[in-house]
Amino acid sequence: MTPRQVARRLAYTAFMAVVLAFFAVPMLWLASAPFDSDPGLGLRWPDWTLTNWQVTFEHPYALSSLVNSVVLCVVATAVTTVFATLAAYTLSRVRIPGRDALLYVLLLLSSVVTGTAAMVPIFVMMFQLGLTNSQYATGLVIAGGLLPAAIFILKDFVDSVPRSYEESARVFGASPTQVLLHVVLPVARPGIATILVWAFVQAWGNFLLPFLLMRDVSSQPAAVLLRTLRDEGGSANLTVIPVFSLLYAIPVVALYLFVSKRYGFRFHGGIKA
Amino acid sequence: MAGIELAGVSTVYPNGVRAVDALDLTVADGEFFALLGPSGCGKTTLLRTIAGLEQASSGSVSIGGADVTRLEPGVRKVAMVFQDYALFPHMTVSENIAYPLRVRRAPKPERAETAARTAAGLGLAGLLERRPAQLSGGQQQRVALARAMAMSAEVLLLDEPLSNLDARLRLEARTFLKRLQRDLGLTTVFVTHDQAEALAMADRIAVMSEGRIRQLGSPRDVFQRPADTFVANFIGSTPMNLLPAQVRNGRVEVAGAHLDPGGPHPDAPVTVGIRPEYLHEAPEGITGTVSIVENLGVTSLVTLECPQDVTVGLTVPEHEEPPVGSVLTVAPRPGRLLLYDSDTGQLT
Ligand SMILES: Nc1ncnc2c1ncn2[C@@H]1O[C@H](COP(=O)(O)OP(=O)(O)OP(=O)(O)O)[C@@H](O)[C@H]1O
Ligand SMILES: [Mg+2]
Repeated sequence: MTPRQVARRLAYTAFMAVVLAFFAVPMLWLASAPFDSDPGLGLRWPDWTLTNWQVTFEHPYALSSLVNSVVLCVVATAVTTVFATLAAYTLSRVRIPGRDALLYVLLLLSSVVTGTAAMVPIFVMMFQLGLTNSQYATGLVIAGGLLPAAIFILKDFVDSVPRSYEESARVFGASPTQVLLHVVLPVARPGIATILVWAFVQAWGNFLLPFLLMRDVSSQPAAVLLRTLRDEGGSANLTVIPVFSLLYAIPVVALYLFVSKRYGFRFHGGIKA
Repeated sequence: MAGIELAGVSTVYPNGVRAVDALDLTVADGEFFALLGPSGCGKTTLLRTIAGLEQASSGSVSIGGADVTRLEPGVRKVAMVFQDYALFPHMTVSENIAYPLRVRRAPKPERAETAARTAAGLGLAGLLERRPAQLSGGQQQRVALARAMAMSAEVLLLDEPLSNLDARLRLEARTFLKRLQRDLGLTTVFVTHDQAEALAMADRIAVMSEGRIRQLGSPRDVFQRPADTFVANFIGSTPMNLLPAQVRNGRVEVAGAHLDPGGPHPDAPVTVGIRPEYLHEAPEGITGTVSIVENLGVTSLVTLECPQDVTVGLTVPEHEEPPVGSVLTVAPRPGRLLLYDSDTGQLT
């Protein structure tokens, strides 16, 4: 190796180390701070203890907010996945004039519907309907915001399922429901799995809508509670936050691993001889 | 009894393409019927109309004597093998074959038993647990056939089932399909754009173009006496000679020669059709210079440059090829010369 090459090698390695450290530090903090007797915002070898966990479990809202989050996300994810699948299948197979325009308009509006611009109308509407402080209602609103993008992505998946699969099932006497259950859903399953995880992650991390629609602290999901975890002085409660953050991260990772293992994000694809 | 009867069937696509045009056709019970035609002539559409995947815009479709024009595909008791086989990628071979039974909610053991039996009959016994993606093209074709057979329908529709196979496998599959059809006595409609396949396998052939049937008959009829110049061009592995000619005083004047029309014919401009296989060397006839010799295996195709800018092809047995540049005089075998009206292209 020429000195020049060595220098380049060194520079490259150093650069990668910096990049890696940049991404690794928050992860390491998440792994160490919950077990540190005096957690700070910096990274250090912990002074091992489990007191933080005890304090967090005794916090009046910490655990219940995680349960609230799960309820809200299950509602939002289920509604998004089921309706997006049905809508994507229909839009993919039925010929209606202006179908593509409709999809683009929906997609455009979706960023407005749950976007900041529509916050006030949404709040007023939900308030007058008496649906504030309800995980179910908030889940529905979130699903409404996710649906257009979900339909858009899923339609692409369903489009790529060859029609001849369905036609051959029909020739063998399958009813429309059987065609959907036996052929379309299994073949589009990796796409549906993708949407499911995506919807869950979106709903899990959504702060603005629950913050707005859930004024009652006991009904707030984790994403909202995390922001309000402060001690009496108003500074961040560093005993609870690390543990809570770790707990908050677990469901998303677990769901991803489960879905990836069980359903796979792969696509079977058509058969070409 | 499950013959197919089409009366005045037209199928028009939403974009206005009239893919099948006022077509009448009767396929007898147990017959092996081939639909032959160039790409885009409406073969697949006709097959789909019989299966019920497309609605006939007018006319009626009957199967086994019952009018099924407005019935859903599932209740027509018609099995179909698609051009791409349409095997379900997420199911095993066994589940694929038994799918028609699953639709009828047959119990699992019965399904597995039927799948195993049908698969064994088609030489798929060891492959039951594989997925379609793990099979060769020929195996996929047999799975698709097995699935169609498991439906135990009396009518079988095949859309270019052999087109995905290589030449060798295709020949084997031909024999295999034909024997299978004989054994089961299924009424079979077979779509192909390969004329050799149709000639080899079918009891009767319909040659289609632009949504209509140009000629209907036995393979021999269609090969020996094409009804018009379109069919004449399409049928035969070597293209038929179609030469501009004139009938005068009961003789056909073509490329400087005078040939016997094989019967009385009024004086008129005509197109002479002669198959290369039916031309042979003769003392009197069309004279030309050998320009190209192509080896076809047992025979060779010789191209002659004749007077009046006409080229004529003929086949000669192996080892009898004339040298390029030599002069040859050829005449059709008696009764093998066809005359087509030069305006309408119809056989006269
Ligand atoms: N879904 C459709 N919508 C509109 N037009 C169609 C549709 N399918 C086929 N066509 C048109 O109908 C005509 C007949 O098509 P068809 O598929 O029946 O031809 P084919 O004889 O099967 O051809 P190939 O040998 O290429 O399969 C063609 O002109 C085609 O462009
Ligand atoms: Mg076709």
